[in-house]
Amino acid sequence: MVSVVPLEQAIWAALDDVKDPEIPQISVVDLGVVHRVEVGPGRVRVELLPTFIGCPAVDLMRVAVEERLRDFAPSVEATITFAEPWTSDRITERGRRHLREGGFAPPARGTGDDSPSASLPVFPVVACPYCGSLHTTLENAFGPTLCRAIHHCADCRQPFESFKTV
Amino acid sequence: MTASETKPRRATRALLTPDLPRFDAGDLDDATRAALAELLLTMADDEFVLGFWDSEWTGIAPMLEEDVAFSSMAQDEIGHARLLYEMLAQLTGTDADAIAFGRQPGEYRHCRLLDHPRTDWAFSVARRWLYDTADAVRLNALRHSTFAPLAEIVGKIRREEAYHLMHMDIWVRRLAGGGEEPRRRFERALARLWPDALTVFAPLASELRLIEAGILSTSMAELADRQVEQLTAILSSVGITIPGPRPSPAGGRDRATVSDSFRWLWTEFTMVHRLEEGATW
Repeated sequence: MVSVVPLEQAIWAALDDVKDPEIPQISVVDLGVVHRVEVGPGRVRVELLPTFIGCPAVDLMRVAVEERLRDFAPSVEATITFAEPWTSDRITERGRRHLREGGFAPPARGTGDDSPSASLPVFPVVACPYCGSLHTTLENAFGPTLCRAIHHCADCRQPFESFKTV
Repeated sequence: MTASETKPRRATRALLTPDLPRFDAGDLDDATRAALAELLLTMADDEFVLGFWDSEWTGIAPMLEEDVAFSSMAQDEIGHARLLYEMLAQLTGTDADAIAFGRQPGEYRHCRLLDHPRTDWAFSVARRWLYDTADAVRLNALRHSTFAPLAEIVGKIRREEAYHLMHMDIWVRRLAGGGEEPRRRFERALARLWPDALTVFAPLASELRLIEAGILSTSMAELADRQVEQLTAILSSVGITIPGPRPSPAGGRDRATVSDSFRWLWTEFTMVHRLEEGATW
């Protein structure tokens, strides 16, 4: 007899193969978008938290999750939930490292305060992913995708992107 | 190679495929349901129309950074509209695509502030600032809504809107303090928009029901007061006086006559839908 727990663990491991289509260095697990995995007789259900509401990658992630888990159960369903807001604090330590390795500065740590202004360090000082310098400036709070901002490093003179603090 | 790379991808989804978790609104009585539907429609139409106006800057904004920023904010607003239309569609047993694209121009309930065309940069900044600050007041009045699905998405929307607020605040200061021409253009834009500045808070037919049900925390009139207070404080901090007496929000969502500018925008954003109903893109 196979107990439920190893299956759930296998599902989490499989989900780690599913990458963010816009930042393929990071998996949906490390990004913190997997809210819950539910395993029942003949079925697997995964709830995902969207990073940004208008993010087109959310649909792609949902489809990719369903495809990756297809062999785990006859019925596999990935759904979106807003049960709690996704915040950039949900990105794991390993995810932050993968972001850096991919040339993205990880987001600043949130304050845990729920008010919209307090939850954002308005001009977060992020470390340059190339040289580690904190001598960086925010060039644009908006970047090539909804979750990315553009910075410049005064030391290595590189423009770089960060994952937005939200 | 992972399994996901070897399997065929599902067909492309339509812009407005349901993304919202199913919710149970069975315990709402008919009057409350109708009141909530009106609120959702006005909010969705506001976000939708502003999203389309500001996406007009894609490719032609005065600087590359703003091209990216306005396109990004427009994408956020369309995303918010999509969720709100889906919520409305679930609540009323209709279809989000049909609500978003299938109505005649006179049936849209966005506020008159959003009837104006994009005009020049200062005008688009002034309009977005007036809207974003008003929207923040409205969202704040919904964050503890007793209608949980709405409170949940409002929690998420507010985090995204914080970036819009920050960005527009920078621009207001930049234009107001940026020398004679930017300031003159900004003041001219404010003066033109002022009569419509509070139309986000046009009273809703059944807002009393919303307040009684705890869906909305207080009346639109009270929210308009908060907005006037907020605008006065920000403008005085940059040395600009309020452009005129307090405008009335009454009738701010009535569309007895459709403005030429909105008719043009409607023609643009419904084009694909009208060419082939049910198309996905």
